[in-house]
Amino acid sequence: MTKPEGEYTWRDINIGAIVNEPGSASQYRTGDWRSQRPTYDFNKCIKCGLCQIFCPEGCIYENDEGYFEADLFYCKGCGICARECWPIVITMVPEEE
Amino acid sequence: MAKKVGIEVSLAVSEVVKLANADVIAAYPITPQTHIVEHLAELVADGELDANYIPVESEHSAMSACLGSSAAGARTFTATAGQGLELMHEVLYVASSMRLPLVMAVANRALSAPLSVWGDHSDVMAVRDTGWIQIFVENGQEAVDNILCAFRIGEDHRVLLPVMIHLDGFHLSHMIEAVLLPEPSQVDKFLPAFNYPLALHPDRPVTMGAFAIPLLYSEAKKAQEVNLEASKEVILECWDEFGKIFNRRYSPVERYRSDDARVLLLTMGSFSETAMTAIDGMRDEGKSVGLVRLRLWRPFPFAEIRQAVRNAEVLIVLDRALSYGGPGGPVCSEIRSALYGEDKKPKVIGFVGGLGGRDITRTGFEAIINRGIEIAKKGSDKEFEIYGVRE
Repeated sequence: MTKPEGEYTWRDINIGAIVNEPGSASQYRTGDWRSQRPTYDFNKCIKCGLCQIFCPEGCIYENDEGYFEADLFYCKGCGICARECWPIVITMVPEEE
Repeated sequence: MAKKVGIEVSLAVSEVVKLANADVIAAYPITPQTHIVEHLAELVADGELDANYIPVESEHSAMSACLGSSAAGARTFTATAGQGLELMHEVLYVASSMRLPLVMAVANRALSAPLSVWGDHSDVMAVRDTGWIQIFVENGQEAVDNILCAFRIGEDHRVLLPVMIHLDGFHLSHMIEAVLLPEPSQVDKFLPAFNYPLALHPDRPVTMGAFAIPLLYSEAKKAQEVNLEASKEVILECWDEFGKIFNRRYSPVERYRSDDARVLLLTMGSFSETAMTAIDGMRDEGKSVGLVRLRLWRPFPFAEIRQAVRNAEVLIVLDRALSYGGPGGPVCSEIRSALYGEDKKPKVIGFVGGLGGRDITRTGFEAIINRGIEIAKKGSDKEFEIYGVRE
């Protein structure tokens, strides 16, 4: 998709709502489903990458310093990373905080 | 010149599918449609039709296979009836929503229970809102002609929709009639090759049937509605073109001795032929009656219906299906609703009849018309009446 979903009129819809642009789902912001977000205390992080393996969205990436972080454009806030992180680096906090 | 042959209507339908050079037929036999797909299987097995015939395990699979075939850009045909149409139900919506053209002959049949293999329009009415173009035919010739038109209409790039041709089970499907089968050269002139604009191909990957979030679903539905509405123009254009080549003309609402009639009867399908005879008889007796036949069921021909009935005092609508607990037959209730806002309109009287293969004879139609006139005069405490039911 080349523009946000909310800007498409019915005239812009492809025949049969067929998607002819491969990979366009990557432009879909699932991050706004989130009610809580992961926060990090990288002082405790041992860079094991377990959170990345367990993330069902595949939205955790390794940053420039080698720490693992969720891409909040996609992160749905499920909290699986926080639960699996055994050095307890990740804490889920409500979005409104 | 086209040759006139004595042929069972089901077989004539198969023959015209052959002439249309269908690429894929996926079907499951069910009475009273069986002869159509049986004969197509024969034509393919004998090498007379170079098509892929997919014998499937159910109608749900038949329709699913048809979707795949149409999506790949193949000219696709199937046929079904009654319970079979109901088993296809959820896939029917997918065909129209994904804008996949395919043609389906429906040999209209009553729905269970009690089990009935005989004809009525219960099956049609249950799939009314599936988004398909739907056309009723009255005789074998109309079935043949409109199957051909259905391919051209559905595959037109301005349309790209599936089309159902409704022919009455047994009353039509099993009749042997004199039918003009078109010449292959005429068919080639009338029916261009199918070229689906977004056909599945490894070099041009697309996603069909992807999910739509709430922000997009309404837009997709509006696009679908506008498209089905707009198909009427292409349908009219197609029938016009058909008339030029084959010299037989079709219109969304057909009229018979109706122009000056004070009382009109409205029918669909093969019953219209008997109804015309009844009208002739009543005209001979000096009664001011006429017939209106609804051919195009979807998209609903609002303007044509309003125009056809506006000068009448009474309009009697005969449905061959019941909407249980509802306002009467589905066709009658749609026509009432189409006329509601009109200043000049007839009184609409609803009858349901011809259920589960029950015949309505010439005298039956006369009785319906006379009873309709009586209700129009005296009123009734019922929303509709079932004709011919024993009390």
